[in-house]
Amino acid sequence: MQFSGRTRKKLRLAGDQRNACYPHSLQFYLQPPTENISLTEFESLAFDRVKLLKAIENLGVSYVKGTEQYQSKLEAEIRKLKFSYRENLEDEYEPRRRDHISHFILRLAYCQSEDLRRWFIQQEMDLLRFRFSILPKDKVQSFLKDTHLHFEAISDEEKTLREQDIMASSPSLSGVRWESESVYKVPFADALDLFRGRKVYLEDGFAYVPLKDIVAIILNEFRATLSKALALTARSLPAVQSDERLQPLLSHLSHSYTGQDYSTQKSTGKISLDQIDSLSTKSFPPCMRQLHKALRENHHLRHGGRMQYGLFLKGIGLTLEQALQFWKQEFIKGKMDPDKFDKGYSYNIRHSFGKEGKRTDYTPFSCMKIILTNPPSQGDFHGCPFRHSDAELLKQKMQTYKIPASGISQILDLVKGNHYQVACQKYFEMTHNVDDCGFSLNHPNQFFFESQRILTGGKDIKKEASHPETPQHKPSTQKTKDATSALASLDSSLEMDLEGLEDYFSK
Amino acid sequence: MELFDPAELPELLKLYYRRLFPYAQYYRWLNYGGVTKNYFQHREFSFTLKDDIYIRYQSFNNQSDLEKEMQKMNPYKIDIGAVYSHRPSQHNTVKLGAFQAQEKELVFDIDMTDYDDVRRCCSSADICSKCWTLMTMAMRIIDRALKEDFGFKHRLWVYSGRRGVHCWVCDESVRKLSSAVRSGIVEYLSLIKGGHDVKKKVHLNEKVHPFVRKSINIIKKYFEEYALVDQDILENKENWDKILALVPETVHDELQKGFQRFHSSPQRWEYLRKVASAPQNTKNDKCGPWLEWEIMLQYCFPRLDINVSKGVNHLLKSPFSVHPKTGRISVPIDFQKVDQFDPFVVPTISAICRELDVVSTTEKEKEENETDSRHRVRDYKRTSLAPYVKVFEQFLENLDKSRKGALLKKSDLQKDF
Repeated sequence: MQFSGRTRKKLRLAGDQRNACYPHSLQFYLQPPTENISLTEFESLAFDRVKLLKAIENLGVSYVKGTEQYQSKLEAEIRKLKFSYRENLEDEYEPRRRDHISHFILRLAYCQSEDLRRWFIQQEMDLLRFRFSILPKDKVQSFLKDTHLHFEAISDEEKTLREQDIMASSPSLSGVRWESESVYKVPFADALDLFRGRKVYLEDGFAYVPLKDIVAIILNEFRATLSKALALTARSLPAVQSDERLQPLLSHLSHSYTGQDYSTQKSTGKISLDQIDSLSTKSFPPCMRQLHKALRENHHLRHGGRMQYGLFLKGIGLTLEQALQFWKQEFIKGKMDPDKFDKGYSYNIRHSFGKEGKRTDYTPFSCMKIILTNPPSQGDFHGCPFRHSDAELLKQKMQTYKIPASGISQILDLVKGNHYQVACQKYFEMTHNVDDCGFSLNHPNQFFFESQRILTGGKDIKKEASHPETPQHKPSTQKTKDATSALASLDSSLEMDLEGLEDYFSK
Repeated sequence: MELFDPAELPELLKLYYRRLFPYAQYYRWLNYGGVTKNYFQHREFSFTLKDDIYIRYQSFNNQSDLEKEMQKMNPYKIDIGAVYSHRPSQHNTVKLGAFQAQEKELVFDIDMTDYDDVRRCCSSADICSKCWTLMTMAMRIIDRALKEDFGFKHRLWVYSGRRGVHCWVCDESVRKLSSAVRSGIVEYLSLIKGGHDVKKKVHLNEKVHPFVRKSINIIKKYFEEYALVDQDILENKENWDKILALVPETVHDELQKGFQRFHSSPQRWEYLRKVASAPQNTKNDKCGPWLEWEIMLQYCFPRLDINVSKGVNHLLKSPFSVHPKTGRISVPIDFQKVDQFDPFVVPTISAICRELDVVSTTEKEKEENETDSRHRVRDYKRTSLAPYVKVFEQFLENLDKSRKGALLKKSDLQKDF
């Protein structure tokens, strides 16, 4: 694999040369942009892309990915924000240029922690998946070539030998003319998104991948490449952070659409242990309410539940001392020896408050995290009841919570449509007797604070939300220079990135 | 088998670590031929001492060092962790963030407690010969997939000492796998989805993946005796109602009537199969095409702990560790005879130490003429531990062969240049 030396390109290129820079609407972002841009455009591009990635996240929770509705809504968002989405259209240069530059700007903002990196990678992968899904068939091979992914199809003989197994394994092969379908033999680890869900045939360490499923392989390569690039970018970050006007913008970017994290600050110490039982029925969202109930009944929660509930309690204001007392009292009721609690469990509580080990001050889980990661299994009570319950059991639970039948019916309809957070908002409206809850729910601690705001008339517990306005900058030569410095640092870090990539692809 | 008294454990452990623990084989395993420099030296061990004192980040220079330290500390339990970037025992002196877990065997932990909702004979920490069949099926299903689907060659199955089994996959390429790929492998091997609030935990697609079909074929060999006879899952209304919860309501009445007519689980199961496959029920999606299999899988399919397998830095109890509650040794399982493996025949530390005493008495004169090292090498061979160490040695021999094969390939390639 070779990388040509960087050549400074003119700001605008003529005719065909412009199109040659960006042959496809989907990009692997292998080379950084080299233009000078104004600080205003820097900010504008960054915010537009954050909006796009946030839209991708929201659509992914509200709709099944790949469905017609998901596809059409995502296309509308991309179009609205003026990014590139379709092949063979005129005037594609500018949208693709915006796509390219904004991607690299966000790398600076989202390389700064593991959670941010994970979020960024997930949304970028979903964007690539969408674009690949609408890529014309005749362009696939050319795209693969441009991204340096070399997959080879197996022979017809090999194909025939495994026909039944490959057909039984690959959902995409339903109703397909088998004779004309190419199948690629790929090391299983490169087909992670296919084999994890048993959507591909595995034999002796290899995955037999139909062309239709090759997108999963591409996504895997993209993930690995981007993950590595973000790690390298993080190492070069100090140079960028030294620019006093860029760092606040980058910090703001990474928080503005991933929402509040409900870390403990103003609310600490305002809850007493005596209040928790009544608070759980009045102000806890169902996911925390059921954890609390399970803890009271069983005097124990497994790891997933302790994490989800423990961090939530921390977020509503429990102190470390209160948390230790709370869990210990309850576990001892379950016949646990106090010494065993002190040895086995208190460390984890102190750890979650940032007092042990890495001393990371963990933040409560968001709805997204609860819905999408670590599903509950036998003996667990964590997760999201709207997402992780059978409809019949969810109905019973809502009846227990005294939700009226019409409300339950609406909630079940929302759940059927995968609108779990909206279903929880409906629960909020029913339990607080309001017609419109007035917020878009994305976090259990948000549910709690909004509930307390209503129940207490806005006193004491309400957490002050800060929504700093986007800083307004007038264009000027100096600011343009600053943006150039940022991109120069980006170039510098990405030269290391390219070296890393070179090593990566040569392995 | 000898009864185990926990109060005797400290003294028994001293004897065990001095004369019976197979240090040579253990070191040979974790050293992996010494191909990677400092591989053994960068390995983390954790010891649990008397009174539940837990000490992490132990590491050793070599076999002798390991041996001395184990005899000195007399651990109640030994856990093996990852191979790190630096010596674990010096992790505090390394610059923050630089000390990182780098490689680890891919491990699986299967625990009988996770089956409490589908076994009737025991619960929690208890096991018996009836429910042990769940472990046998789990080992067969998982091992076939690791070998045939993923191409993993070196799988070591170990009895946990109490109520489950562990598997250590030791191929060189496997030890280097990322967390994401490990997670993916566990997901591939998992069918049971959902916790307390989900009744039906297995849903098969119209197309049945070869992994699922092959798993069903394994379960079929055990199902009648295990589920219908031993567990008697359709014995009475209380129990068959649990199965009806997995079946569409539209056929409940029909099944209830049929179940009342018959007198045994096998007869009732046969009736259920007929109803499930009857044309008027499979049309209109009353019963899915795979209802029978879904029930079999929910009752018999392996239940893995994903968090054990996906992390590189997760610690797992070591083979040949003694279980402090049962006294049983965590012994390797001979996979060729997995159906005959009986956890209740596995020796306790009490038993093998007493066997040693017996042997010592009868061979008192011979011992006087032997050197210490030869003496030590032979001791476990005189006890019930011997067959299990032999299984381990066979495993090590296969590892050696692979390594030599790889070296030959390397030298061949080098000659080309």
